[in-house]
Amino acid sequence: MKPFDYARAASPPEAVAAVAGNPAAAFLAGGTNLVDHMKLGIAAPEQLVDISHLPLDKIEGTDDGGLRLGATVPNSDLAAHPLVRQRYPVLSQALLSGASGQLRNAATTGGNLLQRTRCIYFQDVTTPCNKRNPGSGCSALEGYTRYHAILGASMDCVAVHPSDMAVAMAALNARVEILGPSGDRSVGLHSFHRLPQDQPQRDTVLEHGELITAVVLPPLPEGTRSAYRKVRDRASYAFALVSVAAVLRLEEPTETDDGDGPASPPKIAEVRLALGGVAHKPWRATFAEEALRGQPATEEKFRRAIDAELQHAVPLPDNAFKVTMVRNTVVSVLRELCGVDQSSGGAGTPASGGEDRP
Amino acid sequence: MRVQQPAATGLDLERVDGRAKVLGLAPYAYEHPAENPTYLYPVQSTIARGRITAIDTAAAETMDGVVAVLTHLNAPRLADAADKELAVLQSDEVGFRGQFVAAVVADSPEAAREAAARVRVQYHQEPHHAALRADHEDLYKPEQINAGLETDTQAGDPDAALASAAVVVDRTYTTPAEHNNPMEPHTTVAQWEGDRLLVFDSTQAVHNARKTLAPLFDVEVEQIRVVAPHVGGGFGSKGLPHAHVVLTALAAKVTGGRPVKYALTRQQMFFLAGYRTPTIQRLQLGASPDGRISVLTHDVVEQTSAIKEFAEQTAGISRMMYSADHRRTTHRLASLDVPVPSWMRAPGECPGSFGLEVAMDELAEACGIDPIELRVRNEPAIDPETGKPFASRHLLACLREGARRFGWERRNAQPGTVLVDGWRTGIGVAASTYPARRQPANTARIRFTADGFYEVQIGAVDLGTGAWTALTQIAAEALECGPEQVRLQIGDTDLPVATVAGGSSGTASWGSAIIGAAQMFRKEHGGFPSAGDTSEGDGERNPAGKNYALHSFGAQFAEVQVHADTGEIRVSRMLGVYSAGRIINPRTARSQFLGGMTMGIGMALHEQSVMDERFGMIVNHDFADYHVPSNADIRQLEAFWLEEVDEHAGPLGARGIGEIGIVGAAAAVANAAYNATGIRVRDLPLTADKFLT
Ligand SMILES: Cc1cc2nc3c(=O)[nH]c(=O)nc-3n(C[C@H](O)[C@H](O)[C@H](O)COP(=O)(O)OP(=O)(O)OC[C@H]3O[C@@H](n4cnc5c(N)ncnc54)[C@H](O)[C@@H]3O)c2cc1C
Ligand code: SF4
Repeated sequence: MKPFDYARAASPPEAVAAVAGNPAAAFLAGGTNLVDHMKLGIAAPEQLVDISHLPLDKIEGTDDGGLRLGATVPNSDLAAHPLVRQRYPVLSQALLSGASGQLRNAATTGGNLLQRTRCIYFQDVTTPCNKRNPGSGCSALEGYTRYHAILGASMDCVAVHPSDMAVAMAALNARVEILGPSGDRSVGLHSFHRLPQDQPQRDTVLEHGELITAVVLPPLPEGTRSAYRKVRDRASYAFALVSVAAVLRLEEPTETDDGDGPASPPKIAEVRLALGGVAHKPWRATFAEEALRGQPATEEKFRRAIDAELQHAVPLPDNAFKVTMVRNTVVSVLRELCGVDQSSGGAGTPASGGEDRP
Repeated sequence: MRVQQPAATGLDLERVDGRAKVLGLAPYAYEHPAENPTYLYPVQSTIARGRITAIDTAAAETMDGVVAVLTHLNAPRLADAADKELAVLQSDEVGFRGQFVAAVVADSPEAAREAAARVRVQYHQEPHHAALRADHEDLYKPEQINAGLETDTQAGDPDAALASAAVVVDRTYTTPAEHNNPMEPHTTVAQWEGDRLLVFDSTQAVHNARKTLAPLFDVEVEQIRVVAPHVGGGFGSKGLPHAHVVLTALAAKVTGGRPVKYALTRQQMFFLAGYRTPTIQRLQLGASPDGRISVLTHDVVEQTSAIKEFAEQTAGISRMMYSADHRRTTHRLASLDVPVPSWMRAPGECPGSFGLEVAMDELAEACGIDPIELRVRNEPAIDPETGKPFASRHLLACLREGARRFGWERRNAQPGTVLVDGWRTGIGVAASTYPARRQPANTARIRFTADGFYEVQIGAVDLGTGAWTALTQIAAEALECGPEQVRLQIGDTDLPVATVAGGSSGTASWGSAIIGAAQMFRKEHGGFPSAGDTSEGDGERNPAGKNYALHSFGAQFAEVQVHADTGEIRVSRMLGVYSAGRIINPRTARSQFLGGMTMGIGMALHEQSVMDERFGMIVNHDFADYHVPSNADIRQLEAFWLEEVDEHAGPLGARGIGEIGIVGAAAAVANAAYNATGIRVRDLPLTADKFLT
């Protein structure tokens, strides 16, 4: 590790000034990603500007009934907050599915959004990587790609964004509040992270010296349900193979039900789906959302909707399974949120019974 | 003073070293006080094969705090460079990626690391081969395989028998490379005082370590002292000294007598501390329609390093497990430009049991009989390989006891039929075995102290298994005193010679020497010794090995859930029943069995070292990417054992318990996953993608 300077910023504007004025400076929040990168030789800031103690650690209601989440709120506090659990269970679940208890105590809202890919070639400085060293080539493209992208990648980079929290926030239409050298701005979470295109070194639209101060969650209409599901290679403490955040509202049942005959399935009034582990950013499945809106909540519709999204997928040799895994997981989550019975297991083979548990 | 006590072995004694460990007072290698220490950080090769053409150390040498920068050009010469794994910095050759090519010694670990990053190495790169393939061009037959076993065996005419068998299972199974990954990294602290070398090492064998080091440094073994009172796991990877031990001792030659400290990083452990070879195993089982096996062949392809041979005895298990008149086992090696494979918990039996025990499950299904019944029908009366009787073979008792406890009768023989809350659920079984080895060349010394304690000395090592406790109990029983009256001393070459904590042989081997010493002590000093009275005793090779086949056995049961949508797989229950001779301490023994099963679940579901052939490198070289089970992956685990004393196992009646818990575990999980889903996975690990439908 290279020697570096360390300073505690006295206020957000001072922090911004300190980092904006020095191309080799970086904000330090929980440090769970940045310090790792300094040890691995991925990042070598000359100055760390510590923001972890700044008064950006509040969770407050907004005037329109939403929530403002301070940038330095620890992930564990955010997950446990009663209003988050009550109104935005998808966010609480996403946070709790990430990392470990110790890490969540240290990790912050802002740092979590800005954590960098876990691509193993990015993390090993002895291999070429366009994200770490622009123009050096992408080692993953013809390498080990089990955890890599199937949507929105480029020939320059096929990495995925690793955050669980950000996927939930994408489904919640969150906005990121930013303080820069020349004032405030706010960016929709969906446009905050970038696709790699020919500049994989840029993860987000944030400019050097810009500080995330908060993430704002808009209110959700009455009756909205949400859930997060993460599929990974072990039961906990692993990054997602794929993950799904779903936020959804069903139409009120109409009075035509006369109690006889099978009730017709309720219709989907509103739905937002975000996918993790599949792209360089939290992936809003807008084709699928469109295909679901106003449709009856049936397994058949779920399947067709996600297929409309996945027809754009371009899997790599090691991760073709992700297409099926995303489809099955989305169907599974929607089934659960809409209370639809499992008509068949997975995407095919019928299953029977449930009684004779061995 | 002599107090009559009930037998101390068998007592559920707390770990005698537990308190010190919990308080952080038990010193591991890196924690030994060292005066004015220096710290080492290596430079590793970034090519898999070739030569170093230039090294620029100027930027490193001029850094503050740097004591020395060693390369092959200036490093002290070793007296013996024949072992290319250990001949560090002795030539310009590079044999695998990640090999040591330079090292910085500095006043602080930070300075050493930063200086190492400033060393520039240029190479002449040659083409390399790093990926194991069944059709590798130059597969060769090693002279012998690990544990001194024959490379190939054959009985009868297997090919003809296969051609005429009514039922044939002919399948290929693969296991990936796996890394031992003990929690405590490999660590060496070395210091020369004149021509004497003091080493604090994280090792499984202090005496072996110095025996390996002595000829390299051209000194007598007595000039080297290796100390290892506490070791945080090894799983075989600390059984033999690896390159870092030599590097640290070499570096300590240029520090003017200052100690050099070096602990491998987790990432470095994936290159420099041994691992289990990947295996490709073809099994052919031929049987009658009622499941009686007439022919069993097990042909293995695996890898070794081009710089040093290690041949895992993967098919060894198929030589003794089941009866079959016609049998064949073979081992072929691909010599690759990769790090040197080595011992990892149950070398041979562990990967081999995956192939054999899944094939048995497939045969049971092909014959339409219960997998336990299949094993009953093929239980050999004598060891099929040697023709000797088994000293103790209670496999069927383990299977029956396990079946009863696990609820085997509730298994639904039709796979893929049980769905519980969205999870397909099934159960499976596999057999387990491990040879009962006892190493000769162990000596123990017992001395009676002025304050009335028995000082029991032997250079054994406790790598976290509980040897401190078990040996205390063995000594107490042999001396007929209470465990609290025993003061055990282990982990130091200044103590009497001892063999490796490995091969599940430690307790039996060291224990025999302790019993020998205790008997000698009583003979020489009677029941009322005086202060200073001392006796020694030796262990011996087990004479029963001449006439008997010596093995432990076990049965592994697993319940597996596979999510019907996502393919995620969980082991919801696992139960093992073992026959391993006398159990010295049920508490530490249970830990060993459960630890083996846990590692077996890791092998089944998670562990896989991924080789990127282009770089010749294991790319998932950290704990974020190389998965071992997390707490949430280990649900209900139970271990039981048959109450037994093996009269042929020696004075202790104990065999060994460190490895049998992992053998067959992955097969039981795979067989349960098949029962749950109807999907037969023959390539480990069993990841979610393999169960997606
Ligand atoms: C072993 C391990 C497992 C993990 N598993 C998961 C997982 O399963 N799922 C998951 O989602 N995450 C996981 N993580 C990642 C973890 O969530 C992130 O490391 C964490 O959220 C980063 O937050 P931090 O506050 O520590 O950021 P830091 O490391 O302090 O900062 C990260 C980056 O953000 C910048 N930064 C921080 N705050 C601000 C701000 N307010 N404005 C502008 N820039 C800022 C820093 O300069 C730095 O570049 C894991 C991490 C580890 C180490
Ligand atoms: S996928 Fe992106 S991060 Fe990974 S090696 Fe390629 S360029 Fe680097």
